[in-house]
Amino acid sequence: MSGSAIIFKNVSRHFGELKAVDDVMLEIVDGEFFSMLGPSGSGKTTCLRMIAGFDRPTAGQIFLFGEDVSNLPPYDRPVNTVFQDYALFPHMTVDQNIGYGLMIKKVSKEERVKRVDEMLDLVRLPGFGHRKPSQLSGGQRQRVALARALINHPRVLLLDEPLGALDLKLRQQMQVELKNIQQQVGITFVFVTHDQEEALTMSDRIAVFSEGRVEQVGSPAEVYEHPSTPFVAGFVGTSNLVEGEMAKRITGSESKFSIRPEKIHLSAADQKIGTDMFSVDGKVRDVVYLGLYTRYLVELAGGGDLVVVEQNLNTTSMEVMKARGQKVRLLWKKEHVRYVGGHDA
Amino acid sequence: MMLNRLSTFLYQRPKLVLGLLLLPPLIWFVVVYLGSLSTMLLNSFFYLDGFTGQVVHQFTLQTYLKLLDPTNLQIFSRTTLMAALVTIACIFIAFPLSYYSARFASRRMKTFLYLAVTLPLWSSYVVRVYSWKLILAQEGIISWFARLAHLDGALNWYLNLPLLGGPSLSVSSTGIFLVFVYIWLPYMILPIQTALERVPKSLVEASSDLGANPSQTFLNVILPLAFPGVVAGSIFTFSLTLGDFIVPSLFGNSSFFIGKAVLTYMGTSGNIPLAAAFTMGPIVIMIAYLLLARRLGAFDAL
Repeated sequence: MSGSAIIFKNVSRHFGELKAVDDVMLEIVDGEFFSMLGPSGSGKTTCLRMIAGFDRPTAGQIFLFGEDVSNLPPYDRPVNTVFQDYALFPHMTVDQNIGYGLMIKKVSKEERVKRVDEMLDLVRLPGFGHRKPSQLSGGQRQRVALARALINHPRVLLLDEPLGALDLKLRQQMQVELKNIQQQVGITFVFVTHDQEEALTMSDRIAVFSEGRVEQVGSPAEVYEHPSTPFVAGFVGTSNLVEGEMAKRITGSESKFSIRPEKIHLSAADQKIGTDMFSVDGKVRDVVYLGLYTRYLVELAGGGDLVVVEQNLNTTSMEVMKARGQKVRLLWKKEHVRYVGGHDA
Repeated sequence: MMLNRLSTFLYQRPKLVLGLLLLPPLIWFVVVYLGSLSTMLLNSFFYLDGFTGQVVHQFTLQTYLKLLDPTNLQIFSRTTLMAALVTIACIFIAFPLSYYSARFASRRMKTFLYLAVTLPLWSSYVVRVYSWKLILAQEGIISWFARLAHLDGALNWYLNLPLLGGPSLSVSSTGIFLVFVYIWLPYMILPIQTALERVPKSLVEASSDLGANPSQTFLNVILPLAFPGVVAGSIFTFSLTLGDFIVPSLFGNSSFFIGKAVLTYMGTSGNIPLAAAFTMGPIVIMIAYLLLARRLGAFDAL
């Protein structure tokens, strides 16, 4: 890892009254797999489009490798994009699609054929060159789109929710493949997604977006374990947010905190409490058996409820179902509590 | 209750439903379309006895041989050339407008343009054609304007040109051309606009993302994808020009076009076989045109 590939300096993009992107500061390091994570309408795609040049900031500057590109057209930027709908040219074959960038650059025919074949190998589609995009499956189109972008040796590859249209199995497979390809070609990937699991799986660093602003930037572990705002705590993984009176009863302070469902232990109502633990009593209101684990909704004695997740290590579905309606004591280590001050998301 | 039973009965017989659905259009097609076409084809193989003036119902190719007369061949080539020129002019006028409307115009502007393009179709064709008579006539708007702008010299010079000119614009092949372009233009704009609207914005972005400047994107992505629309529009303008007889009669000199020739043979001289054979001309030209369009890949997307 070396210098910075992309810098956002106070970048805003307003569409009339709507602040799609609002005063964003970001630095993306050369060679990293960087994800922009957020719900739809949070500004992540607009940020990506501004890096590509399809949109221009209404304020602020974007630097690519030190050069201010805020006003450069897309065809003058050393970046390529994999589109959400793949955007393959329907009237061209796979070969022609992948070779499009080289054709525009007037690379010789022999060179083009050679490099297109290399790309087809890289994305594991050898022999598909003569097909039309309409003859390919979703996963195959995805790879063609990737090859078409990578063949130009971009310094940054932008990916706009590229896995959104694939089914779960294929998506997981492509996640691993994308990561492998990124390590092979060694360039910066900027990956836009609303799927937190996807972001956690692949990224070196994640920027969490909400309402046009960056809430937090950090490694997957940082973002997951140390959410800096209530929004991040709620959006990345699931979190129980506790505040006010109930927070005071548990921790002795009114400040708002979050606790992950998997960190909470479901114990018998008379379980002893260690000094390094917080605890609260409640009654199991609902049990959802999910195979690998079971999710419990526990109604607290003082109002409100907490979600608890336990792995089904020794329990069967029959056993976990019996928990419904029982009185329980919830315990968790004090160190797993995250105090997330600030505004509610 | 009855209706319920009937719908259950039909639900279990999807083929019967399909048959009932297609029966009326099929009757219309077979009886009216194919019936009249085959009657025409049949007639073209009869001939007119020049002495009695009666149609002789006997198979012969001599009517078709008559089509090969130099005068008749000239009618064909004149009409085809006119149709081709009108089509090309319509493409050049329609494309930029459709492009603007499909890619850049706001919703309201788009609606306005759509209305502006189709509104003339609400009024009578004959009225619109006659109004052009006023525009092009010797004392009409164009020559009035030419005098105001001191361009009457240029206008007279143009009217003195062979083939293009004539006594006035309203009696010249240029006049015919202008009126044809005017009346068939909507039929070119609408399909091109539809085709352009179906080109996703992301394809244009992808092209520029891959290094293509706007003109390269236009040539490599937009134009090929809009091509089926251009062909669809040209089928309208080309075939409508081939068959029209009103515009050449009103604006032409004595030189015949196919439609006018058919009208004359049919109405004035009662030579139905020759009129029928003449009509086969445009049909053959259109088939050749469609085959050419298919070779160019215009129907690949269908």
